[in-house]
Amino acid sequence: MSDILQSLKEIVGEKGVSNNPEELWFYSRDPGVLDPHFPDYVVAPRTTEEVQKIVQLANRENIPIVPMGGGMALTGLVIPLKGGIVLDMKRMNKILEVNEKARYAVVEGGTSQGVLKAYLQDHHPMLRHSLPDAPPATTIAANVSLHGQGRLTQQYGFNSDMVTGLEVVLPTGEVCRIGSPSLGPYWFSKGPTLPDLSGLFLGWLGTTGIITKLGFKLYPNKKYRDVELLVTDRVELVPDILYKLTHLEMLEDINVWFQPKPLLFAGNFHCTIYFTGDTEEEIDFKRRMVWDSVQGYLDSKDAGFMNIQYMKDMLMEMPQRGIAAFADVPKGGGFEYSGPITIIEHFPRYAAKVIELAEKYDILYASSARLISGGHSMMFSISFAFNRNDKAMMTRVKHALDEATAFSLEMGGIPWKPNYMEQKMTMEKMDPVTLKLLQMVKKNLDPQGIMNPGNWEVN
Amino acid sequence: MYALKFNEKVCATCPSADCLLKCQYMTFEKEEAHEEMMKIVRGEDSRVLHECMTCYACEEYCRRGNHPYYLIGERREERGIYTAPRPITNQWINMTAMQGKYMVGDIKEKAISCCFLPQLAEMATGEIFKDVASSVVFGAEFMCPAVHTHFAKMSVVKERLPVVIENLTKLGIKELICLHDECYGTFTSIAPAYGMEVPFKLTYYMDFLLERMKELKGKIVPLNITVAYQRPCSNRLIPDKHHLVREILDLIGVSMPDRRYQDENSLCCAELFRPIGGYRIADDVQRRNLDDMVATGAEYCLFNCPACQDVLSEKVAKRGLQPVHIIDLCRTAIGEKEREV
Ligand SMILES: Cc1cc2nc3c(=O)[nH]c(=O)nc-3n(C[C@H](O)[C@H](O)[C@H](O)COP(=O)(O)OP(=O)(O)OC[C@H]3O[C@@H](n4cnc5c(N)ncnc54)[C@H](O)[C@@H]3O)c2cc1C
Ligand code: SF4
Ligand code: SF4
Repeated sequence: MSDILQSLKEIVGEKGVSNNPEELWFYSRDPGVLDPHFPDYVVAPRTTEEVQKIVQLANRENIPIVPMGGGMALTGLVIPLKGGIVLDMKRMNKILEVNEKARYAVVEGGTSQGVLKAYLQDHHPMLRHSLPDAPPATTIAANVSLHGQGRLTQQYGFNSDMVTGLEVVLPTGEVCRIGSPSLGPYWFSKGPTLPDLSGLFLGWLGTTGIITKLGFKLYPNKKYRDVELLVTDRVELVPDILYKLTHLEMLEDINVWFQPKPLLFAGNFHCTIYFTGDTEEEIDFKRRMVWDSVQGYLDSKDAGFMNIQYMKDMLMEMPQRGIAAFADVPKGGGFEYSGPITIIEHFPRYAAKVIELAEKYDILYASSARLISGGHSMMFSISFAFNRNDKAMMTRVKHALDEATAFSLEMGGIPWKPNYMEQKMTMEKMDPVTLKLLQMVKKNLDPQGIMNPGNWEVN
Repeated sequence: MYALKFNEKVCATCPSADCLLKCQYMTFEKEEAHEEMMKIVRGEDSRVLHECMTCYACEEYCRRGNHPYYLIGERREERGIYTAPRPITNQWINMTAMQGKYMVGDIKEKAISCCFLPQLAEMATGEIFKDVASSVVFGAEFMCPAVHTHFAKMSVVKERLPVVIENLTKLGIKELICLHDECYGTFTSIAPAYGMEVPFKLTYYMDFLLERMKELKGKIVPLNITVAYQRPCSNRLIPDKHHLVREILDLIGVSMPDRRYQDENSLCCAELFRPIGGYRIADDVQRRNLDDMVATGAEYCLFNCPACQDVLSEKVAKRGLQPVHIIDLCRTAIGEKEREV
């Protein structure tokens, strides 16, 4: 093992590698409910070449390798389930290019959401990217590796749909470019009109390669942004409300949430509706359209717009810190969610399930769904907060989340950023020929199974 | 359970039914106004029960001692009529529920009530309030429940108001200075209308302010500014106190030019019209009100209610008027606060 440590030091330098137990402790866990597992080494490369050499070494020595960004996926995706190397990508944080007119950016594989946001504000104020509500230190490459969603997902789809090109270090150590950058210097298309190979990496949770560069779409950053909050106490109306809102085709983002605490929110389902514009007139026009679109429900008194004066700053925050604050309601700062992707008409049944699970396991829930692609689907988060110091409570949360995943699979939903057990449940339910195809991909790309083993173990 | 004391005979013989005739949000012929009021009195359906915007003003328009606005609320609730959407109504009930999250200062016999508006505690400091500032109560446990009349939830008012009165009484308060018109209006108008006794003295904060400014006269430097006053809905519950605004302003050298929507003809902040009647009426009322303020040439929009101030501040500022609360204006006049520019 010490030979490996020495080899790693030769690749990344003395300071870029560690096997000190106190450092490994941090890399053995995430903020979710899964048990920790220690890696043998943590390595922080600076360049694609260094990543390449590390992967070649891991390949030669048959050591597991787990790429890691901010480590905030919450579902144990960066816990090194089989030990080996945790590859901390955070030092690869350069913004390589912003093409203003073609509206795309190219960044290194450890670049954080916060760094890009600040850079765009300073240098390209007319542009923005689809920022998730995750903490700013989380990385863009990780987010597309798990099909994340952000502020622009309602309009433009999953953040992974916005990718315009990849540079990937394959499990064999080869470097591969995907999309237009495989043919020339421009990063404007991840697939079309070629066969789209990005699907070999996006959504694979780091089990098929390490993204060292990625290009992705930027979008117009409007001068004004505003929000309305529609509430109803009739959950069965939510799908139709969402249908009506998305019919407008002019909204930035729509989140639907409900939670029992504080009392102000009890008993109601809340749709936070964001819209943007370049003039106040445009904003006012959109606000009117939003109200008019649900006029029938206002007239029947089944839904209404809330005065959000006192909450507006919180609602307008990007990312929204209120989500993290929820984690500390039971004190002890634990929070994890299962976030199946589903169709909007299933919202009422998912909502009933959350409440049922919270009662059954005596835990605190908060649920927030984000619309995807104008309502073609939604991410429905079943979130539970827990006290990390309370093992029994953590176990109850774990059971509740497992049950939530089983339920979403029964409902025909797709688990989002599933933990290794949820991945197994998913594969068991999957069409066998689809599973076979996944096996073929994984076997060919990672024949030794060294990439983030324990996850997507199709073989 | 407390019940509204409403003298039906007084309505039956009313010569003008001013309550509805003067209503700014519904139009009636003279006979029709009386007829509709009598329908309400008899417990029959009336278009008023579906169209009233809950501006409180008919409480002022009726000069014969009846409480048309409370009666409208009662009748709506009896018929299960919601003014605002049900989830919004319930949200207000939940939001203002007593949850033990109140603040009680160093209570003396004389105390000030900040209702459920934390801004008031910040304002009621300095020389003017020096003897009472620390003797303060804030929170749902001490909040007047008048807001629920907007939602025709008179049952909530009847249930909570006696508890509020009891909570205040238990603190040993002998005199309560109400910093919010809604509180003073609740204790002096709603409580007697429902036969509830209030066992402590009530002082309206503008009475207190006027007295204090007279005592501090030597410190006053006339402000020489012009304001347009935003009269709040709850001032309609205590119309005999409306004159105090002008008296205070005279004392500190502030002029308030006449405008169309003033005194009895005032328009309220209209923010609660949004859930009740929709954005069209709310926007229209706010636009007319602001146009009228601007036309007076006023430099400041003067607020009495912090809720109106929250709702309209940004909007008046965009139209070139500086928003200011009357307490802050008094503090500016005695040199305690910088002049807002
Ligand atoms: C309060 C809070 C709010 C959140 N809100 C959102 C939200 O709105 N939208 C959303 O999408 N998510 C959200 N999340 C979940 C999560 O934080 C994000 O998805 C985030 O983007 C994960 O990034 P990370 O860098 O922390 O990933 P990690 O946890 O470090 O990694 C996630 C996965 O990506 C793989 N990976 C990491 N880097 C690479 C790479 N370079 N190449 C290949 N694979 C790699 C890892 O192996 C792992 O499987 C939220 C989380 C929290 C705590
Ligand atoms: S409420 Fe007053 S104004 Fe209206 S009809 Fe009765 S007495 Fe007349
Ligand atoms: S409360 Fe206002 S809107 Fe309603 S009837 Fe009275 S005056 Fe008219």
